[in-house]
Amino acid sequence: MLKRYGVWIAAALILVILPQIFDSGFAITMLSEMCIAIIFALSYNMLLGQGGMLSFGHAVFYGFGGFISIHAINVVNDGGVPIPLELIPLVGGLAGFIFAIPLGYISTKKAGTTFALISLGLVELVVACVLLFPSFFGGEEGVSGDRMLEFSLTGVGFGSGIEVFYLIAFWLIVTSALMYLQTQTPLGRMANAVRDNPERAPFVGYNIHLVRFFQFSLSGFFAGIAGGLLAINYEIVNSEMIGAAASGHVLLMTYIGGVGHFFGPILGAILYTFLHLTLVNITMAGQIYLGVLFIVIILWAPNGMAGIIMVHRPLWQAGLIRGLLPHYLVALAAGLVVFFGAMILVEINYHLSLSIEPDNPIRLFGVEFKANSWPPWIVSIGLILVGFFLLRPIMKNIRLKWDELTREMQKGKFA
Amino acid sequence: MEFYVISLLNSLVFGMLLFMLSSGLTLIFGMMGVLNFAHASFYMLGAYFAFQISQFAGFWTALVIAPILIGLLGAAVERFGLRTVHKHGHVAELLFTFGLAFMIEELILLIWGRVALNYQVPSSLDFTIFRLFESDFPVYRLFMLAISVFIFVVLYLLLTKTRTGIIIQASLTHPEGVGMLGHNVPRIFMLVFGGGSALAGLAGVIGGNYLMTSPSMAILLGPIVFVVIVIGGMGSLTGALIASLLIATLQTFAVGYDYSLIDLLAVFNIELGPEPWFPDLWRIKVENTGPLLPYLLMVIMLILRPKGIMGERES
Amino acid sequence: MKLKNMLLFLLGTVVCLVFSNSAFSADPIRIAYIDPLSGAFGDVGDAGHKHFKFMADKINSEGGVLGGIQLEIVPFDNKISAKESLVQLKHAIDQGIRFITQGNGSSVAGALIEAVKKHNKRNPDKTVLYFNYAAVTPAFTQEKCDFWHFRFDAHVDMKMQAITDAIKKTPSINKVYLIDQDYVFGHAVSAAAKKMLKEKRPDIEIVGDTFHPIGKVKDFSPYVAKIKKSGAQAVITGNWGADMSLLGKSVKESGLDAAFYTFYAGGLGTPSTMGSAMNGLRQVTEWHDNLSVEEDRPGDAEFRMSYNEKFGEGGKVPWYYGRIRTMMEMLVKAFNKAGSADPKAVAYAMEGMEHTTYYGKVVMGAKDHQLLQPLYISRFTKTDGKMVKYDRENTGFGPTTEAKTQTMDTATPSSCNMKRP
Repeated sequence: MLKRYGVWIAAALILVILPQIFDSGFAITMLSEMCIAIIFALSYNMLLGQGGMLSFGHAVFYGFGGFISIHAINVVNDGGVPIPLELIPLVGGLAGFIFAIPLGYISTKKAGTTFALISLGLVELVVACVLLFPSFFGGEEGVSGDRMLEFSLTGVGFGSGIEVFYLIAFWLIVTSALMYLQTQTPLGRMANAVRDNPERAPFVGYNIHLVRFFQFSLSGFFAGIAGGLLAINYEIVNSEMIGAAASGHVLLMTYIGGVGHFFGPILGAILYTFLHLTLVNITMAGQIYLGVLFIVIILWAPNGMAGIIMVHRPLWQAGLIRGLLPHYLVALAAGLVVFFGAMILVEINYHLSLSIEPDNPIRLFGVEFKANSWPPWIVSIGLILVGFFLLRPIMKNIRLKWDELTREMQKGKFA
Repeated sequence: MEFYVISLLNSLVFGMLLFMLSSGLTLIFGMMGVLNFAHASFYMLGAYFAFQISQFAGFWTALVIAPILIGLLGAAVERFGLRTVHKHGHVAELLFTFGLAFMIEELILLIWGRVALNYQVPSSLDFTIFRLFESDFPVYRLFMLAISVFIFVVLYLLLTKTRTGIIIQASLTHPEGVGMLGHNVPRIFMLVFGGGSALAGLAGVIGGNYLMTSPSMAILLGPIVFVVIVIGGMGSLTGALIASLLIATLQTFAVGYDYSLIDLLAVFNIELGPEPWFPDLWRIKVENTGPLLPYLLMVIMLILRPKGIMGERES
Repeated sequence: MKLKNMLLFLLGTVVCLVFSNSAFSADPIRIAYIDPLSGAFGDVGDAGHKHFKFMADKINSEGGVLGGIQLEIVPFDNKISAKESLVQLKHAIDQGIRFITQGNGSSVAGALIEAVKKHNKRNPDKTVLYFNYAAVTPAFTQEKCDFWHFRFDAHVDMKMQAITDAIKKTPSINKVYLIDQDYVFGHAVSAAAKKMLKEKRPDIEIVGDTFHPIGKVKDFSPYVAKIKKSGAQAVITGNWGADMSLLGKSVKESGLDAAFYTFYAGGLGTPSTMGSAMNGLRQVTEWHDNLSVEEDRPGDAEFRMSYNEKFGEGGKVPWYYGRIRTMMEMLVKAFNKAGSADPKAVAYAMEGMEHTTYYGKVVMGAKDHQLLQPLYISRFTKTDGKMVKYDRENTGFGPTTEAKTQTMDTATPSSCNMKRP
């Protein structure tokens, strides 16, 4: 019992406690955005991870859910239909679902690259429509509303950020539980089968188009809920939420987290949102760090962060992970040397090229120095080279140790 | 009449520029199945390189050197990047190019700054060649047209008359089979990727000063190139040519018509009430649909005929 | 031991990273500058940041405000996204910043006005004041006006007032073509042009009213062909950025001979991409490079030079926002008049304030918080070393005044109904 539900209870507890610790306005905004990103990324993984459908246009349903939700809020405020704010995300979800039905029916006829290209075309079409239909999408300014509705199930006013956060957290738990359960249903399983072997699936009596179509529509539903929550959080929805950039973000975060496991997108969404929101205030080079992280993951860890973690699971269960730990720490140290070297290099270059006063000294970790003098260049390039030459034998050692431990583990199994 | 002739000429120029960009991409896509998101970034790099080189050595040197540099860069990207991720499948390859496009843009910002460059048409080509009705026709457009036609002819001959070209054509349709015959398929991939990038670079050299050279030029032109190769059919040069001209004509001519649905209804003597449903829908004019048409065409094409106009197989 | 040290080091790094940017001393008055500092519009935001920094440095060197308190501009990158701006606004408020300024994008400005309004209603003890230096949707100081928002740029209708006044005085123009970007701003420009031309010159025929997709057109020659076909003698356009540069280039290539009245031909980065296509284009601004020559104000020329040397890369990215100077000078006055840095007091001090700039008196509207300032129609021509002394972005083409609209004549009827705290 505890084992089965332990994770969920722990997650709920964390969500309750976190905003009490980090209670600044920015922290609450970030936590809210993280939770929304998790729902959105999980819904995206229903396509990419479960169904093998690479979409460049998932934000269409997210954005559409957002627009319908903000319109719903405005209708309630104008005295139309009395919907409590707590249920507005459901309106967004239904909107995403209904919108996903026609688009999904068309695009899921194909798989693979054709599907990806159709999604690319559809998102451009929808974006073009946003500007053609300003009375619904609000043109460039978007649509805004006031979330402090008269109707409320809980009696909470939702004026402050923390109240909104708890609403988002509640929806996060509900939707992620539902999406997790969905992976266990016959539909979820068949989506995997259709992803892995689309030739064989029809022979066991399944219509692969329908399986993909159902999966797609459900994923649109959850994306719509995420969009509705975003509308509540920011009280404004505009075209940037529906466009290719938003679709790109969800693709990046899901992939960085790892598409092969249920918790992958969760990790990805947390990390990506954190970096996306904080880096911009620390350094001008935030984009480049994100880009490097993404490329590193693609080149060397195609299963993302979740993949890295899950590879270690057998060793962990066999109690052998301790043997790797010292090697990892050494590798981490060497990696940090490379990272710091590269970081100094990036920072001085950005400082020289894009900062407002390139001649002023630059501050890194409390150390102040001139970017256009030679020592930082030598230090950074030196660090990169030293770290790189340290890293190579260390990585080799790790590989040897890994093989050794794996052999040991297998021996243990047979013994 | 004047409007039609000038628009036709304009769509020819723009269409041929599009073709130069998409010809490389369609070959890459056809052979490797990789949707190369970084292709338009090579176009952007071409313009930036050309600007830098022309500062020292003039436009004509840049015209030759910049595409070669971009081609080498492309080959290196294939050799050290794409080949590494190849084993992880198409999604990883595609995402790699996605990340690459992102990084190229950042690097351009870092090196050349955020402001658009003052990359202008060389003064030796900055005059009017003839007057058509009331409008001037600049010689630079003719020059662009000549270069792109030249490229098409060369590519066509290369692919049909040379041994390498025939191997490339074979690996478009039967990549495994060509490998079995003992040809070095990875090397052909590298060659095609490098060549395709060089063409994109060349398009950047001659397009950068005709349009504009700024960090957003890749995003501006990127999606439309995908449309071209999808509609033309991947791997098909002729298809890419037809599709480029088609899209350029479509976009150019859509501008000329400002009819809306209200006008259509008026033909049937129907008048809208003062507050119709979907008020926006009725006032959309044909000229507003310019950016929409290519994508609409692409989606319809993908659903009805995923091979494209001239394509031989689906992805 | 080794491990412990390393962990400590790591922790230290993270702490440094997180706190290195937040200032600890509350001494200076900080103004959050929320604008794009990266991405496609990064150049414009970056230039604005430099303008503000330059002015803040100038004010600080002259003794600051409130008897010696310094001003500090704190940049926040919003990537020209409304959502991102709201996050950055929260961030700024967390750091105790009570004054914000922003200019790029009406979508962002609209979102910020709403957000500041809601924030001040929900947190009356932590109010925030918003200075808008470039978002020109008329509604912001009309039906959507708000006590916590001040605008220092002339809005669309005011600029159109200046353009149509100039056209009114040019009898040779009797066919006008309108070409604009297909979004709120472009539609506002077109609507204002049609309305005002009808009032001022009923004989003028509007021979075209085209909207093209924003930021999507690569080649404007089909549009230019259409303008040509219409036989227009004058074109009015609100295009900015790439849409302005590309339009200008196509116009030059086709040899189209029509008077171009633009909002942003001289906008940052536009002249350098247009090059010689600048020649003959007209713009409406509150300041331009050669005003100092025309009005004989050597002090202003010096000011422009010192900016261009310090931040303008020798004139490549020159001084542009005359209104930022006006805004900062008025802000200093408002602080001193209010006697405190309380946003509400500053706002009341700013209302109705009159200020004398280099080019005459400007007034901050007491009813709608819209600054009234003289507007100039200027035409770009080759520099001649005399009246056209200074060029724009080292292109060799500089502006010269054709018409001036006096401060009080720029006012448009206001529908603002403001609620005051």
